[in-house]
Amino acid sequence: MSRIIATAGINGAHKIVKQAEEILSRAIDEKGKDCPVEFPNTGYYIPIIYSMTAIAVEKLSDFEEVMKEIKDLLPPLVEDELWTPYLGPLLDAGMATLFAEEIIEACKYIIGPNPVDNIWLGAADDMILRERGIQFVDGSAPGFAAIAGAAPDVETAVEIARKLQERCLYVFMSAHHNGTTFAEQLVEGGVQLGWETRLVPFGREITSAIYALGFASRAALSFGGVKAGDFRRNLLYNKNRIFAFVMALGEVTDEWYATAAGAINYGFPTIADSDIPEILPTGVCTYEHVVSNVSHDQIVEKAIEVRGLKIKVAEVDIPVAHSPAFEGERIRKEDMHCEFGGQRTPALEWLRMLDIGEVEDGKITVEGPDVDSLEAGGKMPLAVVVEVAGRKMQADFEPVLERQIHTFMNEAQGLWHMGQRDIIWVRISKDAAKAGFKLEHIGKLLHAMYHDQYSSIVDKVQVKIFTEEGQVLKLREQATKVYAERDARLAGMADEDVETFYSCTLCQSFAPNHVCVVSPERPGLCGAYSWLDCRAAYEITPSGPNQPISKGKCIETTIGQWDKVNAFVIKASGGGVERMSQYSMITDPMTSCGCFECIAAVLPSTGGIMIVNREFIEMTPCGMKFSTLAGTVGGGNQTPGFIGHSKHYINSKKFIAAEGGIKRIVWMPTMLKEDIKDTLIKGADELGLGGQEFLDKIADETTAATEEEVLDFITKANHPVTTLEPMF
Amino acid sequence: MDPKKRSSDKASQEMIGRMAEAGQQNAWDRFEQQEPQCGFGKLGLCCRNCSMGPCRIDPFEEEPQVGICGATADTIAARNLLRMIASGAAAHSDHGRDVAHTFKMAVESDSCDYMIKDELKLREVAARYDIKIEGRETKEIAADLSDAVMTEFGKQEGTLISAAVYPPPARQKVWKELGVTPRSIDREIVEIMHRTHIGVGSDYKNLIKQGLRACLADGWGGSLIATELSDILFGSPSPIRFGANLGVLDEKQVNIVVHGHEPTLSDIIVAVSAEGELVKMAKDKGAEGINLAGMCCTANEILMRHGIPVAGNFLQQELAVMTGVVEVMLVDVQCIMPALGSLSNCFHTKLITTSPKCKIAGAEHIEFHEDRAVETARQIIKIAIENFEKRESKVRVPKMMEHGIAGFTTENIFYHLGGQFRASYRPLNDNIINGRIRGAAGVVGCNNPKQVHDYGHLTMIKELIKNNILVVSTGCSAIAAAKEGLMRPEAAAKYCGKGLHEVCETVGIPPVLHVGSCVDNSRILTILANVVAEGGLGDDISDLPVAGAAPEWMSEKAVSIGMYFVASGVYTVIAEPLPILGAPNLTRYLTDEIEKDVGGKWAFERDPIKAARMMIEHIEGKRDALGINVEKERKLYDMEERRALAVE
Repeated sequence: MSRIIATAGINGAHKIVKQAEEILSRAIDEKGKDCPVEFPNTGYYIPIIYSMTAIAVEKLSDFEEVMKEIKDLLPPLVEDELWTPYLGPLLDAGMATLFAEEIIEACKYIIGPNPVDNIWLGAADDMILRERGIQFVDGSAPGFAAIAGAAPDVETAVEIARKLQERCLYVFMSAHHNGTTFAEQLVEGGVQLGWETRLVPFGREITSAIYALGFASRAALSFGGVKAGDFRRNLLYNKNRIFAFVMALGEVTDEWYATAAGAINYGFPTIADSDIPEILPTGVCTYEHVVSNVSHDQIVEKAIEVRGLKIKVAEVDIPVAHSPAFEGERIRKEDMHCEFGGQRTPALEWLRMLDIGEVEDGKITVEGPDVDSLEAGGKMPLAVVVEVAGRKMQADFEPVLERQIHTFMNEAQGLWHMGQRDIIWVRISKDAAKAGFKLEHIGKLLHAMYHDQYSSIVDKVQVKIFTEEGQVLKLREQATKVYAERDARLAGMADEDVETFYSCTLCQSFAPNHVCVVSPERPGLCGAYSWLDCRAAYEITPSGPNQPISKGKCIETTIGQWDKVNAFVIKASGGGVERMSQYSMITDPMTSCGCFECIAAVLPSTGGIMIVNREFIEMTPCGMKFSTLAGTVGGGNQTPGFIGHSKHYINSKKFIAAEGGIKRIVWMPTMLKEDIKDTLIKGADELGLGGQEFLDKIADETTAATEEEVLDFITKANHPVTTLEPMF
Repeated sequence: MDPKKRSSDKASQEMIGRMAEAGQQNAWDRFEQQEPQCGFGKLGLCCRNCSMGPCRIDPFEEEPQVGICGATADTIAARNLLRMIASGAAAHSDHGRDVAHTFKMAVESDSCDYMIKDELKLREVAARYDIKIEGRETKEIAADLSDAVMTEFGKQEGTLISAAVYPPPARQKVWKELGVTPRSIDREIVEIMHRTHIGVGSDYKNLIKQGLRACLADGWGGSLIATELSDILFGSPSPIRFGANLGVLDEKQVNIVVHGHEPTLSDIIVAVSAEGELVKMAKDKGAEGINLAGMCCTANEILMRHGIPVAGNFLQQELAVMTGVVEVMLVDVQCIMPALGSLSNCFHTKLITTSPKCKIAGAEHIEFHEDRAVETARQIIKIAIENFEKRESKVRVPKMMEHGIAGFTTENIFYHLGGQFRASYRPLNDNIINGRIRGAAGVVGCNNPKQVHDYGHLTMIKELIKNNILVVSTGCSAIAAAKEGLMRPEAAAKYCGKGLHEVCETVGIPPVLHVGSCVDNSRILTILANVVAEGGLGDDISDLPVAGAAPEWMSEKAVSIGMYFVASGVYTVIAEPLPILGAPNLTRYLTDEIEKDVGGKWAFERDPIKAARMMIEHIEGKRDALGINVEKERKLYDMEERRALAVE
């Protein structure tokens, strides 16, 4: 009986709206109409309201206009007989509920209780959005389960969470049932919560569900190039890209119904464990809208089926679970069975290519003592040598594949991995050891994952694991040489040395006009794709988003334009971008999707540029925070004077070469300075700018907050930019 | 005769009985007096188009087989049919023209009783007519639209704009290839009159082509204009409760029944009847208030927009007067029985005609002019109030009445299937594709004393919804459904198959959707165009799993409607056969071969259950052709497939 749902949902909407009115009027009484409103460290204002209505809420009084919208949306209650159609009104009521819930949560940030409390996280900041949202782009996270309420017991909660994690889904938790919450149940069950493990507790009340839906709306704005106010596109984007659903555990209250109705607007259906009415006909969601009375051992499978999701899970024959959701899991010392490396013991990993005859596929050898020989808390040396062969394998792909070891190992539950090459640090948890995890399982895991993800270039994989210190040290000696050779090869690689660049249009499903052109000296703006990565990716998936671009004739050396690159960009951007420069931020700069690590922006009066990294959330000298700047730069538009780029690009010789390169940098946050210090100093030295000396001439947030202060600072510091021609 | 054999409606049965007791004649009595009806007329074999005749063709293959001029049965029946289409199309389109004139007046005048009530729809319609919208005032847009629409009636070159911007492209191609794209509304009707004159064309197929062209100029032209402009001028309907049947007449109030087809006067009457001064006047006369009720399509116009109750459909017009509580029966045009003149003279009821096109012996004529609309409305209501005192003490109002929900339109279906944020036809198409709804049927049309009143409509509709076919309805058929409670949302649980019930329950709709008056059959056309545009059910209306029916049709308008549905690709079943059965080739063409030309065809079946089965079979055939009757595994999407999904 959908009418029961409509009745309850519309009732619930009225209740939530009343709550919102009350808290808003209290907030205005206490703090005044001009009190600023925000979800801390997030762009897009109050995101659902902003994405649906384009109303940019900045202060409490702005909510009054939103309240009018809510009142317009809020339908009358459903009659007991001779009712008028209620589906449209219910969906409107759902949206009104989400707006009202955003008002409630936003007011809580101002007058309390603070949504961020103990385990509860409140709104995801922009750094998380960027980091995690990208997983919705690359498919490593197909969607999320918005769990409302609590499971009947801790074991069931843990089991459901694990199943969702195994399927790579994020778990967003809100609301309570029977005096407890799903999140608290997981804590009790010893499960680690947080964005790293994809188990995200938003809040105890149903109103906190808007952080999940707001995340979805922000993903559409940020990665989908959807404009604020284009509600239809935002919602359809979510329906067709982010495969999320609501899992209602426990008694479904009117307020839950109202919120679930809001979620249905996004194409997110509700799967409930209680005996509530169902809505089976399809249309707004891909399949059913509400499915109920699902038993707990079936609920995850059912939810995935109802949402229409196909999840590819590689079969890995190891005694622990394996999924990207476990990637962020930490293993504390007291939970650790043993560890390797981390400057406690020598440890390394090395992937090399051999001739096809030299590799026996699936062969795993372990030389030296295994982990069961250690007491809890023990340590031992480790060398993981992966040997691969394949007709399409090339030596240049070795580092690309080797870097995957980190991800593959981390994805196993109870296995933790950090670093790379000979600076790795690996831990195995007590639970994993208890489950029978041994070193050969690392080999099995790597063998399975390389076949799963790189089958187009890798035909055979064997893994050799060593724990005897003498052997490990010997291998380290060999490997270090290889690492150095690789570095030299990559460092020496210039754009002029290659005839082919690579495109990256991975983000086009999100920013339709955007094309990254990746060259040896300009990596992808997200930092994740170097020229070699793109080349490997092209070999792996020839029809994929990384396509070779033959450079063609150079049109202009300084700004870096080639005729065939331009021709490619016109086509790949759907005619949106006609010309693109590889080395200029002024003339036909490269577009940005939204995934950039940094933004460079001209500070006109200084003759230089500032660079801000995504992690820096404070105000910058250009008068905009990163999140606001991102809105200007992203979405696939060319914005002269602004580019999005990777951190690595700053240290490239081609970094805004047309405008004078690093000499133009007049401001960077200290954290970014610290991050790229070594290479920047080296680069500055080579340019005769004086290494550390040049770095000190660059202002940061401790020395300059405004453009005038930057100008003051660099003038006093005698920054080399003062000797350059104006940028435009 | 037993009233139950005349009507299946209890209120009507009661009043038919009362009329018999009182010795008053009604349509059923007069029908009996007409029997046996003329066989030549029924078969379409009589030609009176020149004074060499009348000629008649022998239906038993004896001589004569041709008329004096040599016209065969096929020629004569085709000509007769065309003239019916001309009349029907003229009625609709003249209605449309009148609305267009009122629209023009509203646009040009600042002090007129009419104004633009739905600006959004104005902009939507104007955009279709390629009129610039952005940055322009409502009046400017409306003035351009008024000109564009007026031109459609009498243009001398090109083809109808509406026939090029509303139907699916594939449908337009069919018309173009067959050479039946309508050129202008009036021209096609005139050309019928020309072509059926003595000594012009005799090839029945070529004659029918002109019939197709004229009826398309009605459905996608005159009728469509009437609907679109009425929505702009009087407001687009939205779902609304209303009462239906003679029980809506209230003994304690001044009853005014508005009857006929046009909304222009009745819409003003609705507003004026609520004026405090008039209500007080009524109370001073001892009435509790002023009760407005509708009859036939005037009723449908004002119930769709204002929820004004409907007293009955075509065959109930005399029965309403018979209650003795109708102070004024106010009529405009079409389907008004001349018999009302003499009948009302037996009661205190004043029959008031208002259109210069429709004067009736025995009626008072108060001519309605749009520029004095409110004034005329007040005058008429005052007459009704004055007349209240003259009511005889012995009155009899049947208690029977039902409630329903009306007010569905092509445009608001979007909203009701997705709300403001996800407005779409997608859920409709999806649930047709997944088979919860097998298809849709338009059940429309009149009453006809040859069938038991309402029985055909109700039996057919119930059979269809039982078989999970969503029904849309207009005109007297819609009123029949409402009186039976089929327009209550609760009816879904009672009458529908499981799939249709689930969908009705999800959306909160009745299984029979009231989409308006008989010109509003154009809404059914535009709904079908939207279903095609939404995708997944073929490229053309003729691909859709849909059918049409008029189980109790009688008017020439119904012939035009039926023909424009056939010409739009819809299989159309009617009860009383078209008067063509004496012409074997023509009959074969219209009931079979024409499908190859236009995708739709006619069928005749008096048994409403059999007719419904024929429609269901047709719908299942279309589903088979679409490949949607094959059980498909649920598609699960991986990332690649998700990426491939469109976001629009």
